[in-house]
Amino acid sequence: MTKSYLSLELIDKSFERGGVRTEVLKQVSLSVDKGEFISIIGHSGCGKSTLLNIVAGLTQATTGVVLLDGRVADEPGPDRAVVFQNHSLLPWLTVYENVRLGVDKVFGSTKSKAERHEWTMRNLELVQMAHAADKRPSEVSGGMKQRVGIARALAMEPKVLLLDEPFGALDALTRAHLQDQVMQIHAELGNTVLMITHDVDEAVLLSDRIVMMTNGPSARIGEVLAVPLARPRRRIELAADRTYLKCREAVLKFLYERHRFVEAAE
Amino acid sequence: MSVTNLKLKDQSALRPAAPVIAFTRSVKRASGRPLLARLSAGAANVAPLIVTLSLILIAWQIVCSAPDSSLPSPTRVLEESWELIAHPFYVGQGVDQGLFWHIAASLQRVAIGYALAAVVGIALGALVGQSQLAMRGLDPIFQVLRTVPPLAWLPLSLAAFQDGTPSAIFVIFITAIWPIIINTAVGIRNIPQDYQNVAKVLRLNAFEYFGKIMLPAAAPYIFTGLRIGIGLSWLAIVAAEMLIGGVGIGFFIWDAWNSSLISDIIVALIYVGIVGFFLDRLIALVGRVVTRGTATA
Repeated sequence: MTKSYLSLELIDKSFERGGVRTEVLKQVSLSVDKGEFISIIGHSGCGKSTLLNIVAGLTQATTGVVLLDGRVADEPGPDRAVVFQNHSLLPWLTVYENVRLGVDKVFGSTKSKAERHEWTMRNLELVQMAHAADKRPSEVSGGMKQRVGIARALAMEPKVLLLDEPFGALDALTRAHLQDQVMQIHAELGNTVLMITHDVDEAVLLSDRIVMMTNGPSARIGEVLAVPLARPRRRIELAADRTYLKCREAVLKFLYERHRFVEAAE
Repeated sequence: MSVTNLKLKDQSALRPAAPVIAFTRSVKRASGRPLLARLSAGAANVAPLIVTLSLILIAWQIVCSAPDSSLPSPTRVLEESWELIAHPFYVGQGVDQGLFWHIAASLQRVAIGYALAAVVGIALGALVGQSQLAMRGLDPIFQVLRTVPPLAWLPLSLAAFQDGTPSAIFVIFITAIWPIIINTAVGIRNIPQDYQNVAKVLRLNAFEYFGKIMLPAAAPYIFTGLRIGIGLSWLAIVAAEMLIGGVGIGFFIWDAWNSSLISDIIVALIYVGIVGFFLDRLIALVGRVVTRGTATA
């Protein structure tokens, strides 16, 4: 057994539909240290979301195992909080209640009511959404919804934060703003983060390491790129930074030269 | 019924996201405008209705004004049934009661039968929506039973209960329950995978899932079922009461027919229509308040 905080050991995943077996992931192994920020990048359909769902426990691996902090993680749980691509806030609850639901569930027995309230508000403040605590999700913008989704996940004090293309549906400016906020939170709290993305700049800017997936079916980890950039990182300074550009080039080359996206034959 | 169903669904989709807020907003807007403007806006809304009503009444008056007309004209209805219209709270002997009391008796039966149907219907709908096995076992039975006309249940329930009132309540129950079951089941089957994933990550137990995810997520569908159900209940109670007798608007109409009081029947029909309208609006209102932001994800 490896000593890393989160480890994916020889994950295989295949779906069977109508007697036809499709292999999605093949022999995916990855070790993540505590506090590390990992991005998983690949063309659409390469199974990166499936991989995240397996770590989250929402999908079962066909073979292989996910170990978190020395224990097998095969069921969903708040120790692997997910920020979903489309925010997935419950529309009938207010912003506050959406976060509070998770807080009550995780800290119901260890924190008093007042402490849980305070903790909910602290996490909303962390993503600068405390001012909209009593609004419903339909009354705030897409970027705000995603921030609440992040607050909900953070408030569960997860061992690993799983981000499933969290900024994919946002406009470029909002996305940049949220990326900065995620970097800040990561610097402050030192979370272990696993993020799915298809945005090269986002991956290089945020990650300690970038995991590049080959095209499916039978996708595997093609290459892992370490990003040796000091933190805190500032996007404007990095725009001309040689290391940044090199990393960016390496990811682009992997995605567009060696593993060009080909329309999978149906 | 399927047409009504579709229509209601459309309306629920167009419902404002948070009626509480919409409500305060509209109050603000109303109070901010001068009285005259509000009155004229109100008149613009009501005027077409008044015009159509007047046209109908005039046409009716003309058609039925012949001395040998089989149906009374509006003026004759007013003349002959003035006692009935003027004294809705009249209390007499046996079934000789004011219209208010007849309506109240019918509403009471509907309330009991409908409340039972709502509770049992939502529970069965949740079961069928949640479990594939339950759906395979129960859905075909529901689909067959729901086509049985309400009144066809009456003789059977009379045989079972040996009494009029519980039989009428049972007829209401069995009439209202099918749309509630079916809509609840559809609503629960349509809960987005996202919400189920949230529930899984939070490790909600079965009770928490039911109360915090399932009911609110399916609420717009459930209220569609409840709204169809109340309409059918009100349809069925009039027919059932015609047969069981006693105080109640259905028997009142039948009694009036037997006494050749056609004007009384017309007054009673207007009452039935207006009460049915308000029942429908009541359930729609409760639905709007309860579902709040649910309709728009």
